[in-house]
Amino acid sequence: MDESPICTAHQQKKMIKITLYDRDNKKHLLDAPTDMTMNFMELCKAYELPVEGTCGGMALCASCHCYVESDHELPPASEDEEDMLDQAFFVEDNSRLGCQIKLKESLDGIVIRLAPTGE
Amino acid sequence: MIETDILIIGAGPCGLFIVFEAGLLKLNCHLIDALPEAGGQLTEIYPKKPIYDIPGYPSVLAGELIDNLKEQIAPFKPGFTLGERAETIEKLADGRFKLTTNRGTVHVAPVIAIAGGLGCFEPRKPPIENIASFEDKGVEYIIKDPEIYRDKRLVIAGGGDSALDWTIYLAELAKEVTLVHRRTSFRGALDSVEKVMALNEAGKIKLVTEAQVVGLTGTDKLDEVIIKHKTEGTFTKAVDHFIPLFGLSPKLGPIGEWGLNIDKNAIEVNTLDYSTNIPGIYAIGDINTYPGKLKLILCGFHEGTIMCQAAFKHIYPDKKLSFKYTTVTGIEGL
Repeated sequence: MDESPICTAHQQKKMIKITLYDRDNKKHLLDAPTDMTMNFMELCKAYELPVEGTCGGMALCASCHCYVESDHELPPASEDEEDMLDQAFFVEDNSRLGCQIKLKESLDGIVIRLAPTGE
Repeated sequence: MIETDILIIGAGPCGLFIVFEAGLLKLNCHLIDALPEAGGQLTEIYPKKPIYDIPGYPSVLAGELIDNLKEQIAPFKPGFTLGERAETIEKLADGRFKLTTNRGTVHVAPVIAIAGGLGCFEPRKPPIENIASFEDKGVEYIIKDPEIYRDKRLVIAGGGDSALDWTIYLAELAKEVTLVHRRTSFRGALDSVEKVMALNEAGKIKLVTEAQVVGLTGTDKLDEVIIKHKTEGTFTKAVDHFIPLFGLSPKLGPIGEWGLNIDKNAIEVNTLDYSTNIPGIYAIGDINTYPGKLKLILCGFHEGTIMCQAAFKHIYPDKKLSFKYTTVTGIEGL
C-alpha cells in the first residue's frame, strides 16, 4: 500500500480509502482526507501519480480525465465540466474530471481509473 | 537578427514583469512566445477567471492582469516575437547566446530568462496508437493551409470553436466533411453551432454525434478512420484527412534539450539569483523548481526581480548597480 503523503495538522480522523488504477493498470490504494477540501486531482498530485492538473483545478483543461468504476453516486457533471471533457480522449459515460470530484465520506471505497492522455 | 540585453522566453505574467524590473536597470528586453498573443496561461486558459492573491488587488481577472502588465511595461518598449517557438540556442564567441525559433528568427542576447510556465502550448494529440505514423500523411492537428483540403474527404473531430469554425469553412472547399463529436451539444459559440446544424440538415456536411474516432488505418497514407458510436457500434469511413481539434496543452518542448538540469519537467535553479546550471541562463515562474517552490504568480514576480539584478551583473561585471525606488525616480525620468 502506498503510504499517505498527506497529513492534517490535527489528528487524522476523517480519512477514506480510494482505489486507483494508473495508465499501466497498476493498482494503488490511497488514503484520502475528507476534511481538507481536496479533490481527486490534488490527491493524485500529492501521491506523485501522473496527473498533470494543468489548470490547477478550474475544470479548464482535461488533464485529470478519469473513469469512475464503482457505483458511488457523484454529483452530476456541470456544463463546464462537460465542455472540458470535449477536449479529452476516449470519453465514456463514467468519465469525469478528477478536479471536480470532491473528496468526501460518501466516496469511501470508490474505484477510479486514470484515462489515457494525449501526447 | 534581433539583439537585446535580456531575451525572455515566455510572455506570461512573469515574463512580462521582467521587462519592468529590467527597465529600471536600463536593460532592454525582447520576449518570445509560441502563442500568437502575450499572456500565457492567463490569456489562453483562464482570461475570465478572477485571481485573488495578487498583492494590492482584492480580485483581478486574469485577462485584466495581463492588460495591466502590458501597460506597466510599455514605457520600456519591449520587443516581441509571437507565434514562434524558441527552438535552439548556441553560445557565440563573444559569450552571448544565439537563439533561433522554429520559424528561423534569430535573436542574440547576453542573458536568457526562461519564463516558460508549463511549456509551450501545442495541439493535443489523441492517444490513438498509430497516429504518429500518419502525421503529415493525412493527419493534421493544425490547419495551416486550407487549400490542401480542396476536393478531399475530411473527418474533423472535436466540439469547440475551432472544430465548428473549420467545419463551416471547409464545407464549401472540401469534397466531403464529417464532424465527429462525443455528445449532441457543443461548447462552441451558439451562432457556429446553428450553422453546423443547418449545414448538416442541408446535406453539406455529415454530423456524427455521440461518437469518437478510435482508430486509423492505411498503408503509406491515411485511408480510413474508425469511428465508435455510443450505441450503434464501430464503423469505418474512407478519408483523405483526419483533423483532430481538441485544444492546446503545454509541453516543455525544445527547452528540455538545451543541457539545463531538469527535474520533473521543471528547470532547477539556485534561489540566490534563479540562475540555472548554464551561466547567463535564468529560469523564473512556474517553469523552475527549488526546495519550497510555490507555483504562484506573485512568487514569479519576486523571482524575476531578483534575477534582473544578477542579469545586470552578468552583463556588466565591472559596473556598480545603485538600487533605486520608483517612488523616488519615477518611470519616465529613468
